[in-house]
Amino acid sequence: MTENLKRIFNFAVNDLNRNKGISVAAIFVLIITIMLVTGLVFFQGVANYVTAEIKNKIDITAYFKDGVEEEKVLSVRDEIIKLSPNIKNVEYVSKDQALEIFNEKHKDNPVLSQALQEVGDNPFLPSLNITTDRDPVQYASIASILQNSDFGEIIESVDFSQKKDTIDKVYSIVSNINIFGILLSIVLVIIAVSVVFSTIKLTIDNAKDEISTMQVVGASDKFIKGPFVIQGMLYGLVAFLVCFLLSALFSYFLSFKTQSMLPGFNIFGYFLTNWWIFVLIQLGFGVIVGGFSALIVVKRYLEK
Amino acid sequence: MIKFDNVTKIYPPDAVVLQNVSFEIKEGEFVCVVGKSGAGKTSLIRLMLGMEAPTIGEVYFDGIRLSEASAEKIQEIRRRIGGIYQDYKLLPRKTVYENVAYIMQVEGKENREIESEVPKILEIIGLKEKLNNFPDELSGGEQQRLAIARALVNHPDIIIADEPTGNLDPYNSYEVVSLLQKINKAGKTVILATHDREIINKLSKRVITLEKGKILRDESEGRFII
Repeated sequence: MTENLKRIFNFAVNDLNRNKGISVAAIFVLIITIMLVTGLVFFQGVANYVTAEIKNKIDITAYFKDGVEEEKVLSVRDEIIKLSPNIKNVEYVSKDQALEIFNEKHKDNPVLSQALQEVGDNPFLPSLNITTDRDPVQYASIASILQNSDFGEIIESVDFSQKKDTIDKVYSIVSNINIFGILLSIVLVIIAVSVVFSTIKLTIDNAKDEISTMQVVGASDKFIKGPFVIQGMLYGLVAFLVCFLLSALFSYFLSFKTQSMLPGFNIFGYFLTNWWIFVLIQLGFGVIVGGFSALIVVKRYLEK
Repeated sequence: MIKFDNVTKIYPPDAVVLQNVSFEIKEGEFVCVVGKSGAGKTSLIRLMLGMEAPTIGEVYFDGIRLSEASAEKIQEIRRRIGGIYQDYKLLPRKTVYENVAYIMQVEGKENREIESEVPKILEIIGLKEKLNNFPDELSGGEQQRLAIARALVNHPDIIIADEPTGNLDPYNSYEVVSLLQKINKAGKTVILATHDREIINKLSKRVITLEKGKILRDESEGRFII
């Protein structure tokens, strides 16, 4: 048994060496298709980051009536935190802080600064800024609770209704991006599998007379199939090694570019954090699809 | 050893290549199957090897009905047959040594035995100097000798030679035929399919003559008469 496996493995390695042209072509096609699939993983990383960023920027603000004591606002904050486990953060912004933020934000706009001076008093209201990690439905329910609860009396306004359309639009875009990503992944994976299958089929078509001779001399099906399947897997293994290296290099050199486009997102960091996902996908795709394609093609020849 | 019982082979839609063929080949016999091209010789051999199934009738190998035999049984039967073909059927991506060794590896022979047997048979056949050459680096005669070495290396019970001299010059043809005679004298069954009149007439062995898929004659010391 072990001797037979050794022989089958040696046949595969010898055939791979002796058909360098075909082997290189098959590996090249595998590299391209694996890189296509790898591109999807990177795309998912970017999409997840952008989605998270967008979600982080969405919040609702409850403005309290002028003169409401800070302790009361803080007790409302504690109550809100208890409302739902999906509430990520509730930030208290006092009247003075709101003014500071405004001044800082508009320090280069003399018209606004002058307008504020003309008002004289600090016109800003204390507020609670609430962010959740879920969909807009969460915001709607929180807004409703705020307006209808006991502390509704001390709340001046909740700005969710003004932001609602924007939030809905953003979430619709995010959801569309996700659906598009899934559809694109399915289509690309189908294309990639078909391309790998066709390439492996071409390499084996080249050996169809050989397969028939092996049958005539009484070789068992395993003895015939084995070397082709291992060869397919070896193509996948070599392609994986190249792709892994290319992914590391690409992400390293692109990280400067992506950081300037998406501050806070380091594509090389994403690669390093998720290296095992890349290994699983690239190795799995290359070796499994390569070996399985070879198995199906040779099986067809043996059944003829 | 091999029995054809009223065998008819029809390729769809209606190409009849063998019709009501019945004969038996006993162990140790030397049987020539003759006929013009298209008479059905190659189909007959493919049926013997279990590569085709008869449309009607039955082919038996040592009493085993080939149409009912499992894939493993057919493979086992094929390993008991040494085949020599006009197109040599060599493995192009294997060297001379590996082509012969492959047959022993298929049988599951030990490496030690392979390493000792293969050079011996290649020396007998005159290819010892070309161990590491690939088939396409050999002449036609050398390729046929390699095919013979491959057919003999496992000491098969039967040698089936389908037009083994078809691509050879008279000298090489004579060599191949005398080798087949020697093998037969050693007690092996030999089935030789050919349309070479001179070879058949010289051999004076049993001749089954096929014409348009039918057995025209089956003579114990026949001549080539078509």
